[in-house]
Amino acid sequence: MFEIGLSHYLSVAAILFTLGILGIFLNKKNVIVILMSVELILLAVNINLVTFSTHLGDLVGQIFSIFVLTVAAAEAAIGLAILVIFFRNRGSIAVEDINAMKG
Amino acid sequence: MIVQALAFYLFAAVTVASAVMVITAKNPVHSVLFLVLAFFNTAGLFVLMGAEFLAMLLVVVYCGAVTVLFLFVVMMLDINFVELRQGFLQYLPLGATIGIILLAELAVVMGGWHFAPEAAKAGAAPIPAIETMTNTHALGAVLYTDYIYLFQAAGLVLLVGMIGAIVLTHRKRTGVRRQVIADQVNIDVKDVAEFKKVESGKGV
Repeated sequence: MFEIGLSHYLSVAAILFTLGILGIFLNKKNVIVILMSVELILLAVNINLVTFSTHLGDLVGQIFSIFVLTVAAAEAAIGLAILVIFFRNRGSIAVEDINAMKG
Repeated sequence: MIVQALAFYLFAAVTVASAVMVITAKNPVHSVLFLVLAFFNTAGLFVLMGAEFLAMLLVVVYCGAVTVLFLFVVMMLDINFVELRQGFLQYLPLGATIGIILLAELAVVMGGWHFAPEAAKAGAAPIPAIETMTNTHALGAVLYTDYIYLFQAAGLVLLVGMIGAIVLTHRKRTGVRRQVIADQVNIDVKDVAEFKKVESGKGV
């Protein structure tokens, strides 16, 4: 109970990952909250990488976590930019309105 | 030891609780603020694990940059969030089912977990003892030598992200008078000013 090991951190990461997936399902219409759920999922991945890195004594996991962080930041910027231009064109951000490319 | 355990349970509980609030809050502004809380407490978990550089990076990049970006977009767009929340309970059973299955699978994977004894020695970049080198120093020593090309590529990803965001959201608006420096430089003085010969004692 008071001996905090690998599995404790992995449990937190697993719960966060599941909450992120659940958030995508719950907020099916709101793109902003879906993007936030994706951030939660990436956070869970980062926790996993850092946990294994520190418990196995290998720095590469932390290096990889930095790269995940970089890609997550770029993804948030591009995603929100797309959201802004979509809102300018359509006046809404509901996911079911995003069907202009359906053909 | 017991202080460390209590700190872990505090950080973990607040992280999970604020993650729940992120996906269930009625107001997206509250969602973003709970996201900040989740990131802060995850940074606390990283400090407990001894990855203090990543903890500070998380605070700076996520709390300082990404969530502020979210906050800007949420507050800038005039969105009817009540309408977007319809169907929230409709998808709850499906989402909860998939979530529980996923969590059970992850628990199964973690339940039968143990390290092979040689795994600890197989690391590509062993963490040096904290007395000889801090975490930040050790990370830099690996990142700027073995992973320099990947580091540059990560910088390129950020550059492309920045240029992409600007190109996507930039627009030419009509009816706005902008400064055109080429026009200003190329202007002919005869078009804008009138020259008159004024004789003395007569006036214009």
